[in-house]
Amino acid sequence: MRLYEKPAHVLHDMLVNKEITSVELTEDVLSRIDEVEGEVKAYLTVTRDEALEQARAVDEKIARGEEISFLEGIPGAIKDNICTKGVKTTCASKILEHFVPPYDATVMKKLKAENPVILGKLNMDEFAMGGSTENSAYHPTCNPWNTECVPGGSSGGSAASVAAGTAIWSLGSDTGGSIRQPASFCGVVGLKPTYGRVSRYGLVAYGSSLDQIGPVTRDVTDCAHLLNIIAGHDEMDSTSSEAAVPDFTRALVEDVKGLKIGLPKEYFVKGMDPEVEKAIRAAIEKYKEMGAEIVDISLPHTDYAISAYYLIAPAEAATNLQRYDGVSYGERVEGEDLVSMMTNTRTEKFGEEVKRRIVIGNYALSAGYYDAYYLKAMKVRTLVAEDYAKAFEQVDVILAPVAPTTAFKIGEMAGDPLQMYLQDACTVPLNLAGLPGISLPCGFSSKGMPIGMQIIGKALDEETIIRAAYTYEQSQDYHTKMAKLGGNN
Amino acid sequence: MKYEAVIGLEIHCELKTKTKIFCGCATSFGADQNTHVCPVCLGMPGVLPTVNQRVVEFGIKAGLATNCEINKYSKFDRKNYYYPDLPKNWQTSQYDLPIAEHGWVDIDVEGEKKRIRLTRIHMEEDAGKLVHSGTNIKDSASSNVDYNRTGVPLLEIVSEPDMSSAEEARAYMEKIKAIMEYIDVSNCRMEEGNLRADINVSLRPVGSKELGTRTEMKNINSFKNLEDAINYEIERQTEVLEDGGHIVQETRTFDPAQGITLSMRSKENAHDYRYMPEPDLPPIITSEETIEKYRSELPELPDARRARLESEFGLSDYDAGIITSSRAMAEYFDAVVATGADAKLAANWMMGDLLKNLNDEGLDISKSPVEAQRLGEMIQLIMKDTISGKIAKKVFKEMWTNTDSPEKIVKDKGLVQITDTKAIEGIVDVVIAKNQKAVDDYKGGNKKAIGALVGQVMKASKGKANPQMVNQLLAQKLDG
Ligand SMILES: [Zn+2]
Repeated sequence: MRLYEKPAHVLHDMLVNKEITSVELTEDVLSRIDEVEGEVKAYLTVTRDEALEQARAVDEKIARGEEISFLEGIPGAIKDNICTKGVKTTCASKILEHFVPPYDATVMKKLKAENPVILGKLNMDEFAMGGSTENSAYHPTCNPWNTECVPGGSSGGSAASVAAGTAIWSLGSDTGGSIRQPASFCGVVGLKPTYGRVSRYGLVAYGSSLDQIGPVTRDVTDCAHLLNIIAGHDEMDSTSSEAAVPDFTRALVEDVKGLKIGLPKEYFVKGMDPEVEKAIRAAIEKYKEMGAEIVDISLPHTDYAISAYYLIAPAEAATNLQRYDGVSYGERVEGEDLVSMMTNTRTEKFGEEVKRRIVIGNYALSAGYYDAYYLKAMKVRTLVAEDYAKAFEQVDVILAPVAPTTAFKIGEMAGDPLQMYLQDACTVPLNLAGLPGISLPCGFSSKGMPIGMQIIGKALDEETIIRAAYTYEQSQDYHTKMAKLGGNN
Repeated sequence: MKYEAVIGLEIHCELKTKTKIFCGCATSFGADQNTHVCPVCLGMPGVLPTVNQRVVEFGIKAGLATNCEINKYSKFDRKNYYYPDLPKNWQTSQYDLPIAEHGWVDIDVEGEKKRIRLTRIHMEEDAGKLVHSGTNIKDSASSNVDYNRTGVPLLEIVSEPDMSSAEEARAYMEKIKAIMEYIDVSNCRMEEGNLRADINVSLRPVGSKELGTRTEMKNINSFKNLEDAINYEIERQTEVLEDGGHIVQETRTFDPAQGITLSMRSKENAHDYRYMPEPDLPPIITSEETIEKYRSELPELPDARRARLESEFGLSDYDAGIITSSRAMAEYFDAVVATGADAKLAANWMMGDLLKNLNDEGLDISKSPVEAQRLGEMIQLIMKDTISGKIAKKVFKEMWTNTDSPEKIVKDKGLVQITDTKAIEGIVDVVIAKNQKAVDDYKGGNKKAIGALVGQVMKASKGKANPQMVNQLLAQKLDG
């Protein structure tokens, strides 16, 4: 078994016990990149030299007998919409092709304080818009379990790299399911924290009131450790929560006795893949066996959540993306005058999906339509949040599918954006409500594709969903399986 | 048909915070291009704004000082305004829930008081500045953008269309300027653009309640331009209407050199700002306690101060109005009176020689070579009869270029008033002896003839004799 197959907490112990060095580990992961990146294409930028330099520094520290932090010396990678000082941050868009931020996102500052090894920047749907990573302006990423399939999106690179062993951990961002859905498609753990739990400063905005950075990891233990590092109030983000940050690793206990788990009937949608439903029902049975109490609940406004989301997110995106006009940063396409320069820049450098959402967003915000669309969507948003609030009067967590299917084929849905949007039906509502949710593996389809389930928690109660997820994870071995790639398994 | 003008002002007031509204960059004026910038005010991908609490404080204080209601739940919005000197291409401003609403200020034009209503006061960020290689954007091969101003905090103070003449508009803007100075939220330096107005002007037949089509003139930054632009626009619109034409709704610029307004762009109605609540900033919740705290920190405002100067010192309404028209003037007056100088004399000297000299040299009172302390000392010399009012004019003139104390100037220049009866008597005797005709006239019943004699005595004493004593002694001698 090679080093890249192990989760971070195992590797951390090995580093502490001097069984391995960070350079050995980093080289193993870099050689894994050499072996399979051609098939997976999870990365946009690999910072190979910097990674080895960081690894060497950690080894020297260990040699000096100094203590190391959890993530120290362990290689991971970052979704390319999180600003990294001195390293290209493109959002998988041509408009930011050569953009090198002069500053670090707050999560990067927090990570760097831990001295991890940063391998580079990960592919995504352009500006995080999409559910398949096919909308990257550079190349699609492939699902490590079947490279003819999508890895999910928009954090497809984040999920695929961890699943392929080309990163031990990664960071993604989740606006309507963009961490949880690819985690589900790639058989890894992905957590969307409560809105405001993690600073958004330095995350290139898609839908500002919905976006949240979160970890993508091999297992729940790593997820809790990563959340410890990135969570907390940030003065640079006034929407970040001032609530105290608990030690999330204390939630890593195998105990769901008496835990009330809600099953929302609206999340078991028509058209759901029977194999997905079967795997989730089996997980529910497992929870019952372990002493949890299953409660049928209803979240009646779920049907409207998708429509509301596809008005609010594009409306925010339309304004957020206005800054890319060829004037201040990013790419410029010249024109005869100012207006044509801006028009040419935006026409040529934005992809189709991005343009589609800009148009939708501007339409929804325009005078005369604001009340009918944006304002109504905001009212639906309130109703969705109230649904959850009522449900959490009865239950501790909510269990649901992540996506109605396993990973679909590349190109299969590309021509049908509406069908693609429906993929988000089970993930979007909690972004509207700002709630935390975790996706973790709960089985495989007959074709060998991973199936994920989602555990949704109360605001700021990541501890309970981590506890529920960890208990289930320890009862099976899905999280230990690696995708077969590059003939090395 | 007779027309009346309907005028409304949107005043942009730059706040004197040390740092910008949403980041920690300095707001100071005149720095090298793009030196006061950071990722936040450059609108870089991924940045988030954080609100400078001083701006909120200033917004609330401005609202309280103009009799507005303070919104306890206020929020920022994105105003999508596509222009190359706004780095994000939206302006973070306030839309439906501004910090303050529904206020008023009173103005005074030639003794007539009028109440001008304020629609709202909202907080927003300023934009940057385009620097063209040519004289304007059209004839420039390239243009650069200076983002130093980007994110400098502004209050936009919007009036109802309650004014009907250029004089009223000027009085209104002067009142707003005075209030902002008094509460110390802005430097109000109009030449630096601290205070600038967008003016809306429309005409309607006298007696009509309906508003006519309006035109807007942007960025007027002097009182003279404000008056000239409005007067020109009223005249222009009157002519158009009298010729049977229609006013086009448009934005016009004022050219101070020619004294005319020119069409800049029309189709204003096509503007769709697509306002949206700013998702990156939580709403501004203001408690009653905070409002009361800020209210308690407000100084005495111009109107209250004016009333006090009238009742406490017996100043005329006119004098009190001018003295309280700016914070600097009012403070100067206070400082003069604080030395022990008589308030009426202080007012007279300020309204007279001081203002005249300042105006002649184009100086602001804060730069006056005669400081309040010294004017106070000089007035005390008058009160003690050390100098006469007439000599004081000489002393004052001397003080304008000489930094010595008035007492020293009086001594050095030998300007001390002669109050010695013997000395004055001597001069009086000589004058009586030399002016037999005037003496005869007086004795013959022409009492006015004494004036010529007083003049002679004063002349002979080089103005230093105490005029009252001269009058007294002359009368004694001639009548006796
Ligand atoms: Zn700044």
